[in-house]
Amino acid sequence: MITPHPDLVAVLAGMLVVLVVASSIGYVLQRRLSPDGSNAVVENLNHRIRAWWVMIVLMGLALIGGKSGVTLLFAFCSFAAFREFITLTNTRRADHWALAVAFFVVLPVQYYLVWIDWYGLYSIFIPVYAFLLMPIIAALRGDTDHFLVRIAEVQWALMICVFCISHVPALLSLEIAGFEGRNVLLIAYLVIVVQMSDVLQYVWGKLIGRTKIAPRLSPSKTVEGFVGGALSATAVGAGLSWMTPFTMLQAAFLSLVIVLMGFFGGLVMSAIKRDRGVKDWGHLIAGHGGFIDRLDSVVFSAPIFFHLVRYGWSAT
Amino acid sequence: MRGAAIGLAGTLILLLARFLTAVRGQWDGVAPTDEQRIYYANHASHGDFVLIWTVLSRRMRRATRPVAASDYWLKSRLRRFIGCDVFNAVLIDRERASRANDPIALMTDALDAGSSLIVFPEGTRNGTAAPLLPFKSGLFHLARARPNIVLVPVWIDNLNRVMPKGEFVPIPLICTVTFGSALHIAGGETKKDFLARAEAALLALSPKANAR
Repeated sequence: MITPHPDLVAVLAGMLVVLVVASSIGYVLQRRLSPDGSNAVVENLNHRIRAWWVMIVLMGLALIGGKSGVTLLFAFCSFAAFREFITLTNTRRADHWALAVAFFVVLPVQYYLVWIDWYGLYSIFIPVYAFLLMPIIAALRGDTDHFLVRIAEVQWALMICVFCISHVPALLSLEIAGFEGRNVLLIAYLVIVVQMSDVLQYVWGKLIGRTKIAPRLSPSKTVEGFVGGALSATAVGAGLSWMTPFTMLQAAFLSLVIVLMGFFGGLVMSAIKRDRGVKDWGHLIAGHGGFIDRLDSVVFSAPIFFHLVRYGWSAT
Repeated sequence: MRGAAIGLAGTLILLLARFLTAVRGQWDGVAPTDEQRIYYANHASHGDFVLIWTVLSRRMRRATRPVAASDYWLKSRLRRFIGCDVFNAVLIDRERASRANDPIALMTDALDAGSSLIVFPEGTRNGTAAPLLPFKSGLFHLARARPNIVLVPVWIDNLNRVMPKGEFVPIPLICTVTFGSALHIAGGETKKDFLARAEAALLALSPKANAR
């Protein structure tokens, strides 16, 4: 095991403090407003806080475990997300082999490439090789019913659940002058900003939310919640610039990008859920729906964050 | 030694089932209690009773025996080990002409010994596009032989997509196992009426049926 960097220890300790405070508030709220478990908002809040504990503990272990730990953790997240996604698609018997290859070959290979830092291949493996290979395997089975829909769904699932998520551990491969050995902090930074944005949008929306932003997609999202949440999460991101290689202004810009991509990513994933007629992607984490319900914002922001940092700050 | 191997095999099968299907039990009609029951379920895959088993508590698992075809589960040593030792299945002979034991008698023996049962009244795996095959009469005879034991319909969703008949590599998909409300056979109820009622109760648990 690698000795964690003092900044990482500081970040983890900070998250711990935030969670302890959140849990205490949740406990008091429950005693005051919902002693019999009848207040849905309070119950939902406590479910979320409990799930954050699990997430933070897992993240902490992975971050301390270094590159292998982080890569394994996100490979598992990809697997679970891909499993949820494929469950909701129109894939059928004839896609069986294509799906087996996607799960047991494409996914592990993508994460292996990330683990050995082969940027030139992992950045095109799924958009080029899997993109061409998967429809060939499906075509060989000879079932042409809804063929285009089926192969498009599988490719989309791979891009979202495997390609995009794998850009989180890929942050470890960036070589940033003066930031050596601290890349895990970029992951922590991305996750914290995304999560804070979700939480703050939720809080602002509950406090002053009036105007629905996309009533058909996500009835709980409001303009007030979005603007308040985005601005305050950007402020938090700027305030955390000490854990990044960015200046405060740069951190604010990157946080804003993360927050916007995360927000619109959430809308896109909601549109898919509406289309499929489900409320949640899965049921893995109590109070949080499935893996994709928690990861949707990270999915959309991770590749953009990765490339912005790579072009702006990385030597490789 | 043998006991440890059985325990280990059981744990591995449960882990594999969870890894592939993230299966969740949904107790919509009855609660997960120790009450003696006959669970009857739709049948699309050899993994069906594994999924039901996975969502039962450890104690319920020990008291619940699947009813399975001996021609399949006695074919090799591995199958015999999994079928007889790990799952403690009640094995019945599907060949009416050659069989020595009456399947209903084997099942009532298991019930009289205190076990709950998992049965698949369609009699064979459903490879068709229809959600259910017509029930065989076994469920009716079993219900009439032990009218005081409740019957619980169990809908297994999605497992046919995980491993369709004839494929040997499973693909991971989320499955659910939904338990419906208990039913009893009514005094004087005809075979046709009872089987129709039991089929309808099971089909009503299918998410696709509910979506329509």
